[in-house]
Amino acid sequence: MIDWLTEPFTYEFMQRALAASLIVGVLCSVIGCFVVLRAMAFLGDALAHAILPGVAVAYLLGADLLVGALVAAVAVAVGIGLFSRRGGLKEDTAIGILFAAALALGVVLISTVRSYATDLTHILFGDVLGVTAGDLWVTGILALIVLAVLLAFFKEFQLASFDPVLAHMLGKRPETLRFAMLILLALTIVVSLQTVGVGLVAAMLVTPAATAFLLTRRLATMMGVAAAIGAAAAVVGLYVSYYLDVASGAAVVLAATAAFLVAYVAAPRRGLIARRAARRRPA
Amino acid sequence: MPEPYLAIDDATAGYDGRPALTGVTMHVPHGAQVAIVGPNGAGKSTLFKALVGLLPLRSGRILLHGRQPGGQTDPIAYVPQREEIDWSFPVTVRDVVMMGRYGRLGWFSRPRSADRDVVERCLDELGIAELAGRAIGELSGGQQQRVFLARALAQEPHVLLLDEPFTGVDVSAREALLELLSRLRLKDITILVSTHDMAIAAKRFDLVALLNHRLIAYGAPADVFTPAHLTDAFGGQALFLNDMVVIDQCCPGHVGGGESHRHSHEPHAEPR
Repeated sequence: MIDWLTEPFTYEFMQRALAASLIVGVLCSVIGCFVVLRAMAFLGDALAHAILPGVAVAYLLGADLLVGALVAAVAVAVGIGLFSRRGGLKEDTAIGILFAAALALGVVLISTVRSYATDLTHILFGDVLGVTAGDLWVTGILALIVLAVLLAFFKEFQLASFDPVLAHMLGKRPETLRFAMLILLALTIVVSLQTVGVGLVAAMLVTPAATAFLLTRRLATMMGVAAAIGAAAAVVGLYVSYYLDVASGAAVVLAATAAFLVAYVAAPRRGLIARRAARRRPA
Repeated sequence: MPEPYLAIDDATAGYDGRPALTGVTMHVPHGAQVAIVGPNGAGKSTLFKALVGLLPLRSGRILLHGRQPGGQTDPIAYVPQREEIDWSFPVTVRDVVMMGRYGRLGWFSRPRSADRDVVERCLDELGIAELAGRAIGELSGGQQQRVFLARALAQEPHVLLLDEPFTGVDVSAREALLELLSRLRLKDITILVSTHDMAIAAKRFDLVALLNHRLIAYGAPADVFTPAHLTDAFGGQALFLNDMVVIDQCCPGHVGGGESHRHSHEPHAEPR
C-alpha cells in the first residue's frame, strides 16, 4: 500500500506535477470563494478563454507564454470593466462578446503554427507532467503574491463582496476592489494554465469553493475548507491520472466534482438531505 | 425649530432621464425622528441614496452639521431594505456587526478590543448577543433586521436612515423596532425612516415628510396628513370617508419603481 502511494513520486516529473497541482488547487479554491459569492463564474471562464490569443502571440514571437497570458488577461479584465461601465452594455453581454472574440483570435493565431494540434491541446487541457523547475518557481511566486493580497485586504474584499453599498459609504472603494479582484483572478488563471488548462480552470475556480460554501458559515472558514478540498482533489486526481493513465487536469477536476456532489447531498445545513428534513419539520 | 442639523436644500437627484426627486428642501433638527411617506416610486429610496452619497445630486446640496457628508468617518448609517442583502452569504451575526466598525479601521488594520467592545454592546442593545455566532441566513426576518440595526449602531452614527423597516417583518418585530426608536431618542441620533405604514408615521413620529417626486408637505403629522396633501401625493388612490382616509396602494401608477409591493394590498386607514 505504501509502495502504491509512493511509487508515482519516485519520478521527478511527478513530484513537480504534484507541487504544481497543489499550488493551483489551493490558489484557485481560495480566490474561487469570491468568484462563487459574487456570481463571477462566467467571468472567470471568459477570462480563461480570453488568455488564448496572448499565449498564441507569445508562442509565435518565441516569448515566454506566461508573460503573453498575463498581458492578455489584464487587457481583457480592463476591457470588460470599460465596456460594461462606460459602454452601457450589461456586463454579461460585454463578457460574452470579448470572450468569444478572444477565443476565436487565439485559435486563428495558433492554427498558423504547424504543431497546432498538440499545442492547442496543451493550452486547452494543461500539461502538468511537463512542468519544469522554472515553471514551478514562477507559479509558486505568483500564487504567493495573489494569496498575500487576498489575506492583507481580506476585510475589505469581504465587505465589498457582501455589501458594496456600505463599502462605498465607509470609503472602501468597492469599484477599485472589484478591479483588483479581476486582476488577481487573471493572475490565478495564468498560473493555472499549465496544470489544468484553459478549458478546466473555471471548474477549479468554482467547484471547490462551491463545495466549501455548502459546508461552512463564515467566509474565512469557507476559504480554508475550499483550499483543503482543492489540495485533496489535486492529490487524488494525480493518483487517478497515474494509475488509470488518463489526463491529469481532467482527473483533478473530476475529483473536485465528486467532493461537490457528496457535499450537495450530505452537507449538514445546506445539503439536499438536511434541506428536505428542515422542510418536513414544521416551521 | 432649532437650527437645522441635516439640511437638504433644493436637491434634485435620480438616474438617467427624468429625476426621481426634484427640488426637495427639508431641514431636520438635531435628534428628530422623521417618517418619509409617499406612494411607490415616489423617490424615498432615491432620497436615501443621495443622503449616503451613492447617487450624486444633480443640483442642490446636502449639509450635515454645515459640512458635506461622505468620507471615512461618515456619521450617516443606513439600514437597507431586506431584498438588497444576500442572506446566503457566509457571515455570522458578529461579522456583520463588526463591519460597522470598518470605516474607523485603516486598510491594513485589524479590529481592536475597543471595536470588539462596541460590537458586543450593540449586540446586547438589540438583544441578539446569543445569536452572535450564527450565520445570518439561519435567522428569522425580525432577527435579521436587528443584525443590521446593530451594525448601524456600531457605526456610532449621528444620522440613521432606515429604508422600509416595517415592511416584511411581523408585529412583534415592528413593536421591537418602535421601542428601539424611542430608546434612541435619548442618544440624540437623528433618524429618517421611509415607510408605507402611515398609521405608524402619524402616531409615532415627530415629523412627517410626504414625498411624490417632490416634497409635498413636511411638518408635524397633523399638518401633513390633510386631504389636500394626501390627494396631491396619492391622487385617485386616496379616498375620503367621513373622518377617515383610505389609501389604496395596491396598484400604483409606477409599477417597477424598485420598491416592494408586499404588504400594500390592504388599504391603510388613517384617523384624521
